[in-house]
Amino acid sequence: MNAVNSHITPDGRTIGAPIMEMKNITLRFGGVVAIKDISFDIKEGEIRAIIGPNGAGKSSMLNVINGFYHPQEGEVHFRGKKRKSLKPHQIAKQGIARTFQNIALFKGMSTLDNIMTGRLTHMKAGLLSQTLWWGNAQREEVENREVVEKVIDFLEIQTIRKTPVGRLPYGLQKRVELGRALAAEPKLLLLDEPMAGMNVEEKEDMSRFILDVNDEFGTTIALIEHDMGVVMDIADRVVVMDYGKKIGDGTPQEVRSNQNVIDAYLGVAHD
Amino acid sequence: MTNTTNAEALDISMDTQLDDQLNTVPKLLARNAIQYANAPAYREKEYGIWQSWTWSQTAKEVNALALGFLDLGIKKGDHIAIVGRNRPYFYWAMVAAQSVGAVPVPLYKDAVAEEMAYVLDHCNASYVVAEDQEQVDKVIDVIDDLKDMKGIIFLDPRGMRKYDKSSLFDFKEVQQNGRDKSSKLQKTLDAIIKSQNGDNTCAMLYTSGTTGRPKGVVLSNRNIVETAKATCEFDTLSVNDSVLAYLPMAWVGDFIFSIGQAYTSGFCVACPESGETMQHDLREVGPTYFFAPPRYFESMLTSVQIRMEDAGKFKRWLFKVFMAHAKEVGPKILDGKPVGLYANLKYLLGELLITGPLKNTLGLSRVRVGYTAGEAIGPELFEFYRSLGINIKQLYGQTEASVFITQQNDGEVSADTVGKPSPGVELKIDEKGQVFYRSVGSFVEYYKDKKSTAETKDKEGWVATGDAGFIEKTSGQLRIIDRAKDVGKLKDGSMFAPKFVENKHKFYANILESVVFGDGKDKCVAFLNIDLTAVGNWAERNNIAYASYQELAGHPKVYEMIQKNIEEVNESVAQDDMLSSCQIHRFLILHKQLDADDDELTRTQKVRRNIIAEKYSDLLKALYDGSSEIFTQTEVTYEDGRKGSISATLEIRDAVVHSKKQVAA
Repeated sequence: MNAVNSHITPDGRTIGAPIMEMKNITLRFGGVVAIKDISFDIKEGEIRAIIGPNGAGKSSMLNVINGFYHPQEGEVHFRGKKRKSLKPHQIAKQGIARTFQNIALFKGMSTLDNIMTGRLTHMKAGLLSQTLWWGNAQREEVENREVVEKVIDFLEIQTIRKTPVGRLPYGLQKRVELGRALAAEPKLLLLDEPMAGMNVEEKEDMSRFILDVNDEFGTTIALIEHDMGVVMDIADRVVVMDYGKKIGDGTPQEVRSNQNVIDAYLGVAHD
Repeated sequence: MTNTTNAEALDISMDTQLDDQLNTVPKLLARNAIQYANAPAYREKEYGIWQSWTWSQTAKEVNALALGFLDLGIKKGDHIAIVGRNRPYFYWAMVAAQSVGAVPVPLYKDAVAEEMAYVLDHCNASYVVAEDQEQVDKVIDVIDDLKDMKGIIFLDPRGMRKYDKSSLFDFKEVQQNGRDKSSKLQKTLDAIIKSQNGDNTCAMLYTSGTTGRPKGVVLSNRNIVETAKATCEFDTLSVNDSVLAYLPMAWVGDFIFSIGQAYTSGFCVACPESGETMQHDLREVGPTYFFAPPRYFESMLTSVQIRMEDAGKFKRWLFKVFMAHAKEVGPKILDGKPVGLYANLKYLLGELLITGPLKNTLGLSRVRVGYTAGEAIGPELFEFYRSLGINIKQLYGQTEASVFITQQNDGEVSADTVGKPSPGVELKIDEKGQVFYRSVGSFVEYYKDKKSTAETKDKEGWVATGDAGFIEKTSGQLRIIDRAKDVGKLKDGSMFAPKFVENKHKFYANILESVVFGDGKDKCVAFLNIDLTAVGNWAERNNIAYASYQELAGHPKVYEMIQKNIEEVNESVAQDDMLSSCQIHRFLILHKQLDADDDELTRTQKVRRNIIAEKYSDLLKALYDGSSEIFTQTEVTYEDGRKGSISATLEIRDAVVHSKKQVAA
């Protein structure tokens, strides 16, 4: 961590140099401009929120960060270096994990197996060893299971360890999905609307887990969220998007008093 | 190594372990560390795997922690509060506290901060051993008002990295600190343990108290160790037995089973992975000794019934046939009475196909001795488990008696009595019907409360239970009617015993809780709580949509169903010679579940009648003034201590009452 650039938050966490920098990103789908010339950074150790009204381009932005979309213009810098166009699994290997807006779990598999899939990038055993269940494969399974069990313990989902995910209520599925992302031991965790569709109690639980992940493991977190209350409570810095453009960037307090942001949320006529 | 030196220092060796020397829990631990060195003492499921500790490992863990306590300056007479779910670490903390001469005070982990503050202040606790951030936060909330509090020892550091650590100590670091200083402190510790005897306080447990503030019941080592010895002998509990510790640590029962009896007989205490996985862990552990309140057995039966309703036709048929047979002969076979060859074979076949797998699913296959206590248990419920071949017996006890007052012998079991006096207990019943006992387990005193002590325990050692009861002539067993202070009279002078009726209500799966009023009035009325699991399942089956507990509780069809239950109970109450006037004339279904967080129940889930009567005085008035509905607003407390309010318009219904003649005709 760069000592010059790092600072310590009032609550005692260390926030370091930018881990991810987006420089003048523009993303188009045919004639539709989803993201227009946006620049911002994500610093090591912080919780960075991306907010904005429906259709503002938030999920597209997240997809650019994790390499699923390749912007037509602009550069993505990861850990100080310009990132080439990579496949999603290569990005995952770099230490970026994510959850999805509309849960993308294997419904018929148990919680345990679902979270185990998050360990995939950490498995090295060859096909032969895997098939014969011998040597490396066996040892790896035990090691990975240990990591997975720690995640299960962390998220307090011991009760549903063996339950098929499809049978779980929505809030718990969201938690399992977070578990799968955590199992990859990411440096940067991307959360796409982690609280969508949850009741107040589930939101409180999820906020707690997000803060704990950030605090305990020092994981950098970028999240998209609709619930302003949640964002203002847990984020260190917020990017506000509207119609593909960045209209605000700063601490929750700064963003809250930004006239552009207020207009976007309360609605004014766009030219 | 430490154990042997420990034991030598205490003069405990294989041939000198006479009973009168083993008069404290720490001494029992030293004995177990040698005698049962490699037998499991504790198990806990963590990270999906059962971890275990043998007695010799346990002795080392406790020893390290006790040394750490000494190093923190914990001394004789200090009170150490312990709050968390059942985990080996907390049991060690209790024994470690005893080892240095301090008094462990286990607390209810779901108590809100102010309840906890009262107890911490009352016992002048100097340290709290707390499980996690949630518990630590509660203590920190109130720590400024606690002048004797020196620090908090926590087990799970998660979420607390940013906390001011000046008075926070990590459990494992305290232990490590103890190990590091053992050369300096071990002699002191051994000397303290050696100097202790049966008169030293073993633990202080706060009674839940259906009225007023909780009282600290002081139990000496003699109380605990002697009671445990006698009762282990009674049920032949040995090192080969095992138990699942899942009931609150602050409750005397858990203390007796998981500390008293476990240390006396050397059996293994298993702790579940979390509160919610208990059912699953029970099945994996398969304990041989099991304790549960009737409420637990009831919810287990309800879940069996619901799942059977969802099963296929053939399975349902098998279940029906073999359960009917088991009901007929199961209890007899359990009591060793002859039933004939054919019945025996059929029972065995049933065991193979239905009852065996069912017991396994419930986690009760290996149960040799099971107890239920705390509340009356419904006869059908009781019979169900006994017909499966599970030896459930009734027990009557209280904190002040170190649990055991009466218990049922194998082969002398019935649903409406609570057994004969436990070993070493004398029983008497005064002219008003109140039950008194005198035993080696009778408590020393209520902490800092001479007045209450004198009111409860007389000079000759007789302790008032506060319960009214009588000895049944035919069986010689005690039968409890109700709390003595709740027994009253109706206006016409006939006897009023609310619990008698409430229990009958609660035997219906649909009714979770019932509160009957009528003392000094001309008729009886009731508040009811529906059981959301059972009624919810019924609603699903009958396509009744509901959005909340409140809506379901107020549904006219639910009212109809409950009314039928109430009227059936009225019919059976009408048969009773003494209590026939306790039939319910009018009732309503409450719009919220009674909850300990709202002070309506005790932490052990007992109804606090007076508080409920006061809180819902508007509803009570409406029950007596003949109105058919009432609007009400109620304050509720959320789990995090915040308050809110809910309002509802409740329907009031009249129930048919019977005169004795009518039923007979």
